[in-house]
Amino acid sequence: MSAPAAHHYTTTGLDSKKIAIWAFIGSECMLFISLISTYLIYKGRSLVGPFPHEEWTGPDGRHYEPILDIPVTSASTFVLLMSSLAMVLALAAVQNKNLPKRTRGDRILGSSKLWLWMTALLGATFLGFQAYEFTSFVHEGLTLSTNLFGSSFFTLTGFHGAHVTAGVIWLLSLLAIDYRRGLGPADALNVDIAALYWHFVDVVWIVIFTVVYLIE
Amino acid sequence: MAHDPVHAEHAAPDSHAAGEDKHHPGWSTYWKVAVILTVITIWEVWAYYIPSLVASRIFVPMLLILSGLKFVIVVMFYMHLKYDHKLFRVLFTGPLLIAALTGIALLFLFGQLVARFGPG
Repeated sequence: MSAPAAHHYTTTGLDSKKIAIWAFIGSECMLFISLISTYLIYKGRSLVGPFPHEEWTGPDGRHYEPILDIPVTSASTFVLLMSSLAMVLALAAVQNKNLPKRTRGDRILGSSKLWLWMTALLGATFLGFQAYEFTSFVHEGLTLSTNLFGSSFFTLTGFHGAHVTAGVIWLLSLLAIDYRRGLGPADALNVDIAALYWHFVDVVWIVIFTVVYLIE
Repeated sequence: MAHDPVHAEHAAPDSHAAGEDKHHPGWSTYWKVAVILTVITIWEVWAYYIPSLVASRIFVPMLLILSGLKFVIVVMFYMHLKYDHKLFRVLFTGPLLIAALTGIALLFLFGQLVARFGPG
């Protein structure tokens, strides 16, 4: 049985936690736009390769292909978008926990554990794609200190990956609570706050995917 | 079916007090949003593989518009900003606008964006 969550309402009538998460997301916008601006300012100013979209031959005669792998990143983008769908379904399942579930479809859509697991797994899959990408870049000769592209790219996408990691840990903690005592409508606000963070991580990636990967 | 949570368009009992002015959408809206996001992403990646389109002047504006569209859709429907209290919109769009304008100013300052006025 769900324990009632403590709500702290402000003079606006709004819950303080929800105001806090939106203020936090606003400040995170500033962080990520500064990182994206830095990437764009350094774009095209690297003196040595590897480069994101252009081939390059080093002084030692070694040939480098464009380093960004668009098919792999497109797949990871799709995975993150689908994780957002799973997250809204997890929130809806928690909000509607007490409603009767008569059909198989009702039971599937009403399972908060299923959708929280799905979101966390999709988030972990995205991190797996990122680990693969980072590893392959290092093997191809691009590190944090190789050139301006490497420095700004790893900083931007690394910060985003750290946010996804924090989100996966947050989701797993919600899952632990769900297994321990069950999440119900009284917990909907706490799940909503986690969902807002998760969707924010998703929208940041939407911008990064276009600005870093697709625009040459 | 007496009750269909699949199409349930209601929120938690105390959600109004938490700042939700209108009811959240249900599964029927969420999956449509997911399809739209997927189609836009496929469109973006498809455009990337057409050299003539990449070389054209519409490529970058098109990608920025599509990316912005995905951004707005997720914020409005998945983050429920369309349905929530106006204060949340202010808390989100205020810093976003300040940061975006600062970022654009920096791009002009460092010569990545150039404004051309007058002939030549």
